[in-house]
Amino acid sequence: MSRHSELGLADDDVRNMFRYMLLARALDERMWLLNRAGKIPFVVSCKGQEGAQIAAAFALDAKRDYVLPYYRDLGIVLVFGQTATDVMLSGFAKWEDPNSGGRQMPGHFGSREHRIVTGSSPVSTQIPHAVGVALAARMRGERLVAYTSFGEGSSNQGDFHEACNFAGVHRLPVVFFCENNKYAISVPLKKQIGCERVADRAAGYGFPGVTVDGNDVLGVYAAMKEAVERALGGEGPTLVEALTYRLNPHSSDDDDRVYRTREEVEDAKSRDALIVFEQYLLTEGVLSAEAVGELRKEIAQLVDEATAYAEKAPYAPPEEALKYVYAE
Amino acid sequence: MTVKLYIDAIRDAIQEEMRRDDSVFVLGEDVGVRGGVFRVTQGLIEEFGESRIMDTPLAESAIAGVAIGAAAYGLKPIAEIQFADFIMPAVNQIISEASKMRYRSNNDWHCPLVIRAPYGGGVHGALYHSQSLEALFYHVPGLKIVMPATAADAKGLLISAIRDPDPVLFFEHKGLYRLVKDDVPDGEHTVPIGIAATRRQGTDITVITYGLMVHHAMEAAQELESEGVSTELLDLRTVAPLDREAIVSAARKTGKVLIVHEDNKTGGVGAEVSAIIAEEALFDLDAPIARLCGPDIPAMPFSPPQERFYMLDPDKIAAAMRQLAAF
Repeated sequence: MSRHSELGLADDDVRNMFRYMLLARALDERMWLLNRAGKIPFVVSCKGQEGAQIAAAFALDAKRDYVLPYYRDLGIVLVFGQTATDVMLSGFAKWEDPNSGGRQMPGHFGSREHRIVTGSSPVSTQIPHAVGVALAARMRGERLVAYTSFGEGSSNQGDFHEACNFAGVHRLPVVFFCENNKYAISVPLKKQIGCERVADRAAGYGFPGVTVDGNDVLGVYAAMKEAVERALGGEGPTLVEALTYRLNPHSSDDDDRVYRTREEVEDAKSRDALIVFEQYLLTEGVLSAEAVGELRKEIAQLVDEATAYAEKAPYAPPEEALKYVYAE
Repeated sequence: MTVKLYIDAIRDAIQEEMRRDDSVFVLGEDVGVRGGVFRVTQGLIEEFGESRIMDTPLAESAIAGVAIGAAAYGLKPIAEIQFADFIMPAVNQIISEASKMRYRSNNDWHCPLVIRAPYGGGVHGALYHSQSLEALFYHVPGLKIVMPATAADAKGLLISAIRDPDPVLFFEHKGLYRLVKDDVPDGEHTVPIGIAATRRQGTDITVITYGLMVHHAMEAAQELESEGVSTELLDLRTVAPLDREAIVSAARKTGKVLIVHEDNKTGGVGAEVSAIIAEEALFDLDAPIARLCGPDIPAMPFSPPQERFYMLDPDKIAAAMRQLAAF
């Protein structure tokens, strides 16, 4: 029996996961290119973390759960229903951008329709919101999971600790998902946290913390599945730490050459979840090399179409900036 | 009408709204079993249980942040910050999150949240239990700030705040809790946010103020009446958004304006009120706009003579009014 079948994932599921990974990667790379071409003012990347994100999202239920992602979570929002066009509209800051109507930078996700709670730039502020969603849902008798994600640097913020403690006290159905990509912009993990692993921090709040290899898509899925089951079973929160790597600089305005070696980045690239997972699917016979080629072609076309649509789409009129400070 | 204490009017508003709407709940430090350190929520846990009158861990950013999440989900939380002075850890949540959720999501999400906080001095609260913090927030679009002076307004404005679809900061002067009682209409009673109230009609000078100072200014106005000076007294009630129309019309009426607030002067609400009058009614004025405010020191000392030195009182206000009347 294959590893994914043991986890209850059908062949179609893992093919779908791989497709989302390719889509997130292709969108990210296109946005980066458009930035370098001067067409998009700013990009913040998910590159290297898509596998962990998509595995996490597949352990959730997009019709039941709420997600409170952070700015790298392109993989999460795609699985929860945002489209390639939505992502490009946000990149080009167009009126139709479902996240914010072009008001926010790319990566600042939000969409009521898709149960993605609106986010901001100050890190960790979404973490107590996830606790609030879980609390409110419990009060309403609604059985769901509030998922929130953040980087390891953000796990130093008071909001992370206050939120974990609150969720721990009330045993709320929250999954705290830390995408530990080893860097908070330029500052490496060893200068960020005093303990060995971010997951160690959960012990202080009375719930389990687990660390998984973020390049092992099925490993992340398994850990997340368990966390989701705990949450739904009334056992309270879990902190899942996925060890990943940020293959790009922090953002389109960052230059990572000053704080990490090319060798380190190349080494991380060789362990990229996209490569590892593709290899797994080929070995298991779930996908043929030919099918992978077809998939890449299909996705490239999707991204082309999304780019063309978003580039042509209108900006919001300038005066729209005055709307929706309060209810209208 | 029933005569009620300010503090009881606040409790009534919470209780009535919680009975009417099961999406309303209270969270904060000591609000449950203890009934709040000022006893605003006394007795409510017995009626509504600990899930709707929720004692939280001692962590203000979580109180605000969890409330914001619950509000985004669709409930109507009333978060209590035990003293306004302790709101600082929650400022990021209030300013970066609550105030911008509607705007940044282009009207997709919103945050129907009330944050109640006792403020103000004169109660031996020293530096960190006496502050007035409205000026920190009134610069921020997306927030509403309510500071009622009477029991009737406290109830009516709190009900409006709870029903408001956007975040409202509700500052209660702790000196008013058991000092002030007045007629509160029975049954459904709301007071609209953003509308000032004329507390006294007059023809010689105009005093514009809010909160505890409304009562001190009323006392001063009575004193001046006996000296032959007639005072128009405007109670702002809401400091964000300001009732521009009422401010301008009260200024025009007498041509002499004194703005009074307990908060320190520089960059205070009085500065904005003054600017509104200068922009819209400068040529109707017969005297420079005057401000009487707390001194620009970090906060109110514990030392009783220094606390009295900081606090405004009817005598200090009357003196400023006389000076303006004589101009």
